[in-house]
Amino acid sequence: MKKKLMAFLLLASLLCAALTGCGGGSTEKTPEGGQTQTGSTDAVANEITVGIAQDLDDSLDPHLAVAAGTKEVMFNVFEGLMKPTSTGDLTPAVAESYTVSEDRLTYTFTLREGVKFHNGDEVTAEDVVYSINRCADTTDGTPLVEAFSVIQSVEAVDARTVAITISEPSNEFISYMTTAILPADYDQQDTAPVGTGPFKFVSRAAQDNIVLEKFDEYWGTPAYLDKVTFKIMENADSLIMSLQSGAIDLCSHLTSTQVAQLGDDFYVAEGTMNLVQALYLNNAEKPFDDVRVRQALCYAVDKQGIIDLAFNGYGSPIGSSMYPAFGKYFDESLTNYYTKDVEKAKSLLADAGYPNGFEMTITVPSNYQPHIDTAQVLVEQLKEIGVTAKIELVEWGTWVSDVYSGRQFQSTVVGVDASNMTARALLERFTSDYAKNFINYNNADYDALFQQALTTYDDAEQTAIYKAMEKNLTENAANVYIQDLADLVAVRQGLEGVTFYPIYVLDLSTVRYAE
Amino acid sequence: MMTMKYAAKRIVMLLVTMVIVSFLAFVAFSLISGSAAEIMLGTQATPEKVAALEKEMGLDRPLLVRYGEWLLGFFTGNLGTSISYKQPVQQLIAPKVLVTLCLSVLSFLLIVAVSIPLGVRSARRAGGRLDGVSTALNQLCMAVPPFFTGILLTWLFSTVLRWFTHGKFPDLGTDFPGAVKYLFFAAVSIAIPRVAMTVRMLRSTVLGEMQKDYVRTAISRGNDRAGVLYGHVLKNALVPVVTFLAQTMAEIVAGSIVVEQVFAIPGLGRLLVASISNRDYPVVQAIVVILAFWVVLAGTVADLINQRIDPRLRLGGDA
Repeated sequence: MKKKLMAFLLLASLLCAALTGCGGGSTEKTPEGGQTQTGSTDAVANEITVGIAQDLDDSLDPHLAVAAGTKEVMFNVFEGLMKPTSTGDLTPAVAESYTVSEDRLTYTFTLREGVKFHNGDEVTAEDVVYSINRCADTTDGTPLVEAFSVIQSVEAVDARTVAITISEPSNEFISYMTTAILPADYDQQDTAPVGTGPFKFVSRAAQDNIVLEKFDEYWGTPAYLDKVTFKIMENADSLIMSLQSGAIDLCSHLTSTQVAQLGDDFYVAEGTMNLVQALYLNNAEKPFDDVRVRQALCYAVDKQGIIDLAFNGYGSPIGSSMYPAFGKYFDESLTNYYTKDVEKAKSLLADAGYPNGFEMTITVPSNYQPHIDTAQVLVEQLKEIGVTAKIELVEWGTWVSDVYSGRQFQSTVVGVDASNMTARALLERFTSDYAKNFINYNNADYDALFQQALTTYDDAEQTAIYKAMEKNLTENAANVYIQDLADLVAVRQGLEGVTFYPIYVLDLSTVRYAE
Repeated sequence: MMTMKYAAKRIVMLLVTMVIVSFLAFVAFSLISGSAAEIMLGTQATPEKVAALEKEMGLDRPLLVRYGEWLLGFFTGNLGTSISYKQPVQQLIAPKVLVTLCLSVLSFLLIVAVSIPLGVRSARRAGGRLDGVSTALNQLCMAVPPFFTGILLTWLFSTVLRWFTHGKFPDLGTDFPGAVKYLFFAAVSIAIPRVAMTVRMLRSTVLGEMQKDYVRTAISRGNDRAGVLYGHVLKNALVPVVTFLAQTMAEIVAGSIVVEQVFAIPGLGRLLVASISNRDYPVVQAIVVILAFWVVLAGTVADLINQRIDPRLRLGGDA
């Protein structure tokens, strides 16, 4: 018995050792020294691996995708009639040109010749009509793209021309034409997406990776890379370790502490996340229904302090629901409308009936470390005016259903993005009858201004109105606006071409290996 | 040896456990806030859209109806379609089951191979010079969580020594040895605390056995200590340890969830966590049932092994 047992144990240990040992020679390439890494600098492979922190599990269908992380990746696969540029302008994509009628109600798009879908079919007017109609469809109440509610009709004038008629003139309508154009007769967008972009979708493995390949028949400047693999790693340490091991070549949205751990094999490109991060206050809940209380909180918070303490100085402070990358709409004077003034804050609280401060809860989604860090600094800053804040971490799903949809919260720290490159996307959400007005902002002046903006078609005038709306939010302290977070991108040495956009996207068509 | 009746009884128990576990998971889902439709719509969610999507996905039907439908599907081999990925659940989890299985088996083998010799040795050297030190070391290993050792091991073996490339998990089908080598490090982080616990347990059972009369008799009759230890004592001391190791299997499975995240291994654990977050109940149900099956199976095998070792435990058959 003893011999048999010993024999078995020896065998088991030998087996373990042998299996680990024999894997050594066959596949793992052992690089020499720190400079060269496996995979990326192989002579054969003109491809990179990008690390992302969450899977694209809402939907691959561009009309149904809601997560910023999903849209960020699929930006490379889909295009609309127009396409955003890195400078914040629009450039024709699937369309070659367009004209607007005299009464500004009809847009006529001439499609570009020879634009192909990833399945080889040519794009025709029928596909455009199908795509726009799908997003404008109101059978479920609201259309997939909110702004499409102004669309009255979409018609194919001929095989290469589409006319879209809207109900009232709009300066922004053309910005909404970045909605993806999909093939009309294809129904598997959610598992095998097909678009017109510089990269085509190849495959995915749930919670593991997404593979894109260069689309050779792309109408525009072809991408440089042949293949991009997105590796999903929800654990932040995993991302850093994979960068260091050579498994990943590029990773966005890193924190300053993470970036500090990377060595000379990487350089860091800094952009902005294009998010409005704020301590969002539920304006319908006591005590936040009193403007003085909200203003007191604004006077208590030191934005630069948060940026320095929690983000090592990376970040751009903001004063309203607009971020700096939006150029002409950003009103810099609002950033310092409220500067830290503890005495003023206390006196405002006293006026409002809270001379000894009060207690409040800050609900934070647990999967976003930047917001958690910000909340912790806020708690300390609010203590100075006598406000005792308690942080409540909730899971993302719970945040979406309870806070965002259900509006069951007192305050929350989160970053709000713009779904498209318009000021309206950031400002419409606070009109009193807007379905996603989760902070319950209710201000008659604001609503009136918004209505005015919708019907103004002079660009300068409209910009002025939007700025007035931002001022309204700041003066009434709708929320305690903090910052636009910095977007730190770690890029392996040897890669170049990472460009930042004023929206949350990762454009891979410009990324390439340096000569 | 094993009667039909006994075998049938165990199989029925297995099935009943799986059904109960799946029902509990189903109920748990209906209690937490946030439905799959709400999560899918995310920031686009409006009450009307959520209601429409729920109707489309069949989520507006009563709990028991949905559960009944799932159960029926399960017994006919149809595990349903994932809400997040729109793929059949079988297709989604098949490659991952294999990976987690390998990881669990590897961890288990490692634990057995290391803890039994160490445990016996620890009992033999009880009271000796290094005993205090090894006990302290043991305590330390028991306390360190797999998450932490995982990060340390990755740093040491991937970043510094470059024995494996963290983040590049080789496909099991095409490169089995490479995959096992990658899993080895993950298995070590899972194994360390379990080895420590098993060693402690084995040490106490062996020491307990050594006090018994038959040991004194055997030694006084001239058998050498080692022979007695391995020949007689170990066999008797192993019974509680085998049961303990079966329970360890359940902990290994749970530990693999965390370790998979740290090592970026595409296993069931990560998919389970993400699916719970997305309220993707078909996937969660399937994974939960598989894990329950695995744990109960381990317990059954442990019982069988114990019966082989200790005739007193055999039921209705051999004496």
